[in-house]
Amino acid sequence: MNRDEIKDIVLEYVIGEYLEDENDEITYDTPLISGGIVDSFSMVSLKRFLENKYNISIPDEKASPEAFDNVNKITDLVIEFVGKS
Amino acid sequence: MSNIGNYEERLKNFDWSLSEKELDYKAGNVINIGWYCTDRICQMGKGSKMALLWEGQGGVEKKFTYNDIRLASNTIGTFLRNLGVKNEDRVCLFMDKVPELYLGVLGILKIGAIAQPLFSAFGEESLLVRMENAESTAIITQRKHIAKVRKIVDKMPFLKHIIVVDYDGKHPLREREVAFSLEEATPVENFEFFPTKAESPSLLHYTSGTTGQPKGVKHVHYSLISQYLTAKWILDIQENDIYWCTADPGWVTGTSYGIIGPFSLGVTQCVLDSGFGAEAWYKFVEKNKVTVWYSAPTAIRSLMKAGEEIIKKFNLSSLRHLASVGEPLNAEAVVWSEKVFGKQFHDNYWQTETGSIMISNYPGMKIKPGSMGRPFPGITGTILNPDTFEPINAEGKIGLIAFKPGWPAMMRTYWNNEETYKNKFKNGWYLPGDRATIDRDGYFWFIGRDDDIINTGGHLVSPFEVESALLEHEAVAESAVVSKPDEVNMEVVKAFVTLKPGFTADKDMELTIMNFIRKKLSSLAMPQEIEFVDSLPKTRSGKIMRRILHAKEWGEEIGDISSLEND
Repeated sequence: MNRDEIKDIVLEYVIGEYLEDENDEITYDTPLISGGIVDSFSMVSLKRFLENKYNISIPDEKASPEAFDNVNKITDLVIEFVGKS
Repeated sequence: MSNIGNYEERLKNFDWSLSEKELDYKAGNVINIGWYCTDRICQMGKGSKMALLWEGQGGVEKKFTYNDIRLASNTIGTFLRNLGVKNEDRVCLFMDKVPELYLGVLGILKIGAIAQPLFSAFGEESLLVRMENAESTAIITQRKHIAKVRKIVDKMPFLKHIIVVDYDGKHPLREREVAFSLEEATPVENFEFFPTKAESPSLLHYTSGTTGQPKGVKHVHYSLISQYLTAKWILDIQENDIYWCTADPGWVTGTSYGIIGPFSLGVTQCVLDSGFGAEAWYKFVEKNKVTVWYSAPTAIRSLMKAGEEIIKKFNLSSLRHLASVGEPLNAEAVVWSEKVFGKQFHDNYWQTETGSIMISNYPGMKIKPGSMGRPFPGITGTILNPDTFEPINAEGKIGLIAFKPGWPAMMRTYWNNEETYKNKFKNGWYLPGDRATIDRDGYFWFIGRDDDIINTGGHLVSPFEVESALLEHEAVAESAVVSKPDEVNMEVVKAFVTLKPGFTADKDMELTIMNFIRKKLSSLAMPQEIEFVDSLPKTRSGKIMRRILHAKEWGEEIGDISSLEND
């Protein structure tokens, strides 16, 4: 699975699950946590999605608000752990 | 010199009339919080003083002087009146921390209507039960939240107006929806505010109950007397301060000390409308030269987690006084704040029902890290024996926190639920539902809740509400919801679930159920973990024994299990 595919899957999931206004548009760089789209409590479900989807385990210390703040950063995180679990 | 001066001296001969006098209020007079927070400050010659420095997503800024917020609240009040909203009608505010939320509360209060702020992260079910209970006449919201309102609007025949503050004209509005733009509206200079009296209702804040639906806590305009003085003495807000309260006005801290306290004192406050980020927060403090910072333990622990290196990038020397509320502030956080900011966070204790701070660490008073501090002057607080409801006059003994009723900001009732309200009083004491001890110096030390309510990141979540929502999921047969320890949020929601035949307990099912609750109730109520079990511990009469599951999560003794059903 390449980076672009992961990015698109994560973006699609965020749009489907967390975006309240269907007319809003987000990109790979839209701030998710600091932008108020995904709050710290919801971050847990996003982390769980990534772990289930890619069969990885992301340690809590790596799952910081900064690391989850946009789709690009999340993709970096996924790539870091794919194949490690 | 702090506003409170010497705490011990203030205890002597304290009378709330001191606050009334400072506010030029006499018993029987008109008292309207909206007017006190805007017009009065302008009449004091501070109309051109900055009232609100607001920063939104992407660094967008808006600034409002006291004259601006006077005009804005007049304009919102007039708009609502023209729609037909009357005094004592409930007007729900369902918005992020945008200026219209702050100014909307003031506008609603000015027309004598009741402001009902609701946390914008609530899902449609949470929104519906609270609006149904209040029979809200109107809701003020944003485009981004309108989808939730539309999902439930047909169930709310009492709701007459859905006001959208940022309508962009791209998609047609529907029945009952109306656009309002504060920036485009003609400012209303001449406005007759509603002559509310001390006992006129002002705010309706919802809080979770152990059983049953959330309770609407009714406050009145006289609460100002407490909120003004506690903001002055505890938060030590002074004339030239830049004050930042990080709380959302969807919760009581955000109205009592994010709107009423600072504005009635005529000081400058700033608001950051974005999600949490350590760097963004420090940057905000530096940029606005924040002097008084009122935040929450969860946020402080998140800042601790972000590390100390990041702090060195910013000049935070403007900080003068730090305070915290929401859940007990752990001693480590107090020690840490002194180390990194050169200031200790002053923890305080109160709740939605008390309307204002009840127990606190005061400026100038010795802080015992981990303690809630001592009761505010004018507040009689004690610890009661849970069986006799008599005061425990022994240091270190665990009992129920209790207050003698009668302070100005005390709730007046639960909306449409007088019986539950009466049950909050025992032996002439008001019981907030928490346990604590008192030491030899009169400092209170928090122990925990006296019920099953979960305090997650300073927000109360009812296990009952989550369990009820879980049962609405097609796969769930039974559920039990308890708290589990969490490093940042003190505790978080955990659900034990049994599934109906034909459904598989796996990771995907866990995620599906988590998201189901998040959308239905809120992210706060979403279980952070779901454990699938074959059966739940029950009494012989079939009642789920949550305490057994709770004890297991917290590593506590399970206690008496004689009533446990045997399989």
